[in-house]
Amino acid sequence: MTDALAFDIAHLLAGGMVLVSFMLLYQDRMNGILNAFTLHALVLAAAVAWQAHIQSAPHLYLTAVIALGFKAIVIPLALRQIVQRLGIHREIEKVVGVGLTMLAGLGLTALAILVVLPVTGGADAVAREDLAFSLAVVLLGLLMMITRRNAVSQIVGFMSLENGLILGATGARGMPLVVEVSVAFSVLIAFIVFGVFLFRIRERFDTVDVQALDRFRGDRG
Amino acid sequence: MALIVELLAQGLQMAIVLALAPLLTGLVRVVKARLLRRRGPPILQPYRDLLRLLRKDVLLADNASSLFRTAPYLIFAVTWVAAALVPTYALGLMFSWSVDLIAIVALLGTARFALALAGMDVGTSFGGIGASREMMIASLAEPAMLLIAFTLALFAGTTQLSGIAAYALTEEIGLRVSLLLAAVALVMVAIAENGRIPVDNPATHLELTMVHEAMVLEYSGRHLALIEAAASLKLLLYLSLIACVFLPFGMAFGERAPLPMLLGLLAWIAKLGLLGVLLAVFETSIAKMRVFRVGEFLGGALMLGFLGTLLLFVSRGM
Repeated sequence: MTDALAFDIAHLLAGGMVLVSFMLLYQDRMNGILNAFTLHALVLAAAVAWQAHIQSAPHLYLTAVIALGFKAIVIPLALRQIVQRLGIHREIEKVVGVGLTMLAGLGLTALAILVVLPVTGGADAVAREDLAFSLAVVLLGLLMMITRRNAVSQIVGFMSLENGLILGATGARGMPLVVEVSVAFSVLIAFIVFGVFLFRIRERFDTVDVQALDRFRGDRG
Repeated sequence: MALIVELLAQGLQMAIVLALAPLLTGLVRVVKARLLRRRGPPILQPYRDLLRLLRKDVLLADNASSLFRTAPYLIFAVTWVAAALVPTYALGLMFSWSVDLIAIVALLGTARFALALAGMDVGTSFGGIGASREMMIASLAEPAMLLIAFTLALFAGTTQLSGIAAYALTEEIGLRVSLLLAAVALVMVAIAENGRIPVDNPATHLELTMVHEAMVLEYSGRHLALIEAAASLKLLLYLSLIACVFLPFGMAFGERAPLPMLLGLLAWIAKLGLLGVLLAVFETSIAKMRVFRVGEFLGGALMLGFLGTLLLFVSRGM
């Protein structure tokens, strides 16, 4: 196993995460979003497992298993259940200006790369690249959260953002396992809170379109 | 002597792209028909169509200008030159230094410009619709194509197609996600540029959604033959381009010796056949999309191309 090949595979997997983030931004069907999110988590698990292999850090395998179990299996299944119960599984979301969102996403990706590469000059190549791509994934997750109106897609945006954080954390060596486990659990807690909120929103407003909440904001009058 | 061999090799390519282009079109049609459980026309039918059209008289509209009459020759000539300059069976042919990927895109753009003008010349509504749609597709496909060219240029350090293929053949490449993205983007651009199914339907000229066929509706006789031949050449060009950049195996390079060139020729024909069958399978398994969704389709290609460039930029920045 040469170093170049190890780097290439890490590059492939991290680049794959950015690509799947774009797929998430592009999707407008609820089922498509959930499928893309599952893929996102699978690529994350593969990327983390590869990092564990090349860094010879066995605890990262645990992170990969957590990513696989929670992010790729439990959360998508739970989201599917929620979507079914809310009756929006066939809904097509009206995303405002796919083209504009994609352009913004490309700009954010370029920004992330231009910001991270110069400031991490002396670091290891794999870590630099993982940091650049994870920042891109985080920014794309944020972009998804602010461009979507459906609360479920916003949750998916949040979860994909968190995937980006894990990617960055595994690239930088020496992240303690206890931090990763606690992050994983806090995301799970956040997910439960989100789920409860979804049903509350739905109960009160008969929709999960968060525009309905705007009426109750003070500044709009 | 060496000069004569070089000239012959280049002449062979010019002749062979022209000779094989209708066969490729015929192959795609036959495979599509078989997949639909029709018998379909014989594989040589495009040759017969071209010969028949060449013998027929030209019927011109009263208000057709000289542009309408000269455009087919221009389109055919430009497309033929472009197709002859993409490396097919051997690298470093005599004229290949004169044209790089960007120039080939420009040559095809010239052909498209002439075709769109000719489509609008007679003043029928169909021609106008076709021309405007063709331009809309082109305005999205060309930036995507340029981004693919940038990816390849960053990768191989040159925009010369011979140089890119030689780099891919001789250097240790490793695993490159950017190349995969560029390949997918190039396939999407090729589908859009050739008016294949998700974007346009080449098999009909009775639809309101047609693009290419709408522009050539007024043509007849030898003019139509030239335009059809140019369309076949363009399909051959794009498949050769994909084969040259992403599947360069078996291409002859270095000294001109008969055996490598023969092998390269066979490999090229096999690659064309494979890509043609894949194209037919893809076209059969997918539905045509609405004209207004073409923007999203090509936007996807643009995004993939840009992402490929960015990722390559990162891995090169290390």
